[in-house]
Amino acid sequence: MSIPREQLSALVASFMSYSAGHLPDDVKLRLAQMKEIENEGFAPDIYNVMEKNMQLADSLKRPSCQDTGIPQFFARVGSKWPYMDIIEDALIDAVKEATAKAPLRPNAVEVFDEKNTGNNIGTHSPWIDWEIVKDSDELELYFYMAGGGCSLPGFSKVLMPLEGYEGIAKAVFEQMTTYGVNACPPCLVGIGIAGSSEVAAKLSKKALLRQVGSHNPNPKAAEMEKLIEDGLNSIGLGPGGFGGKLSVMGVNIEQASRHPATLAMGMSTACWAHRRAGIKIKPDFTYDFFTHKGAVL
Amino acid sequence: MSTFEFKTPVSDEDIKKVHIGDVIYLTGDIVTGRDDVHHRVVISGKEPPVDLKGKAIFHAGPIMKKINAEGEPDKYKVISVGPTTSMRMEKAQAEFLEKTGVKIIIGKGGMGPKTTQGCIDNCAIHTIFPGGCAVVAAEEVVDVEGVEWLDLGMPEAMWRLKAEKFGPLIVSIDSYGNNLIENNKVDFNTKREQALENLKGKLSYME
Ligand code: SF4
Repeated sequence: MSIPREQLSALVASFMSYSAGHLPDDVKLRLAQMKEIENEGFAPDIYNVMEKNMQLADSLKRPSCQDTGIPQFFARVGSKWPYMDIIEDALIDAVKEATAKAPLRPNAVEVFDEKNTGNNIGTHSPWIDWEIVKDSDELELYFYMAGGGCSLPGFSKVLMPLEGYEGIAKAVFEQMTTYGVNACPPCLVGIGIAGSSEVAAKLSKKALLRQVGSHNPNPKAAEMEKLIEDGLNSIGLGPGGFGGKLSVMGVNIEQASRHPATLAMGMSTACWAHRRAGIKIKPDFTYDFFTHKGAVL
Repeated sequence: MSTFEFKTPVSDEDIKKVHIGDVIYLTGDIVTGRDDVHHRVVISGKEPPVDLKGKAIFHAGPIMKKINAEGEPDKYKVISVGPTTSMRMEKAQAEFLEKTGVKIIIGKGGMGPKTTQGCIDNCAIHTIFPGGCAVVAAEEVVDVEGVEWLDLGMPEAMWRLKAEKFGPLIVSIDSYGNNLIENNKVDFNTKREQALENLKGKLSYME
């Protein structure tokens, strides 16, 4: 096996293991802010257990939730990154290693055979999404653990344009009040808007990779994020669906041009244990673990 | 809202003391079981390999690790074990209670009318452990006594756990037909309609 492949897979395996036990900085900050506000009913007790869980996961070096999800990578590969050929193999090796060592829960169930492969490797598992970044020599890698409960509210559909943006909001509100309580709220809600359902679905997942508290650069989209966030918060799902003053960590929207005759929407949710991790890796394998500042791998 | 400490086997008298919104800490036998275990017991009609009477069923698919224990080649330790979505078991839960004599269901999110009726008929309750708090839960498990049906894979197998003061378990369905999460949902739905009403005209980006 080539040296770069080993180096890359070892780095990614420890990056995965670390992110299984540690939430990113922006999520921790938002949860701390929400805990201050949620001072009635069951909410304070639940926030206390959540906080204790984060501390124990850190001190015992354990995955903070037993559902470490289906492993998904979003790779933004610099056009000048020197090791194109090895990335995919290295990521697969990393998943095997992290599954055994972290350990992660084996979640890959082969469709039709209906068997758990036992090591998270399967048909298109890990799922890898590729993007090329021009004039860059870095590999920017996001790792996301898509748990069952928080993947359940996910859907995409194509609306008639006359249903309008309100139609999108309505579908999101309905999904959150039906499936949202099972997705370990407070969730981060990702919405994709595009011309066809699969593009909208993918954008909704990409929206979850954006920081909690960040805003869409388009002012109208940013306004819609805020309106939906405030609307969802007024429903007061509270932590765990036990009721409270808030519902969500935030709402992120990503968009692509639509067709004049279609208004497609996608929705993905991330649970409070939003295990998203991002790292930028240089050709010499030095790195910037930018979602978890100060973390040492 | 009251707090109780129960030990397994849990009796009907214990169950009758609690109402939705109460909190329980449970000591004793907890067995994990989710989709496949419910399928085997209820739909395939297989006898559960262990006596579940008076015990708790935990909707959970844990991360387990084999450990080196003297004379015990198949000894495991819990790394992480938190609740999974209970609603997935709605179809089979009432019959499962009937067949096994389980007294406490532990999961997350609510369950529906079939389970609510099942809890009345079998003097049982559904409780919620805070979702995503799997290391807290793992630390309240003092021993993994064994595993059944491991052929289903690690998350789906039936793990026999010994727990101490396992909780907080918030009672979401009591044996009197009350359902906390369903009540909450009625409230959420009213507020949702209000929130949608407030949005009217604010998202008209199409001219
Ligand atoms: S929704 Fe998230 S926190 Fe809850 S059980 Fe699933 S992965 Fe864990």
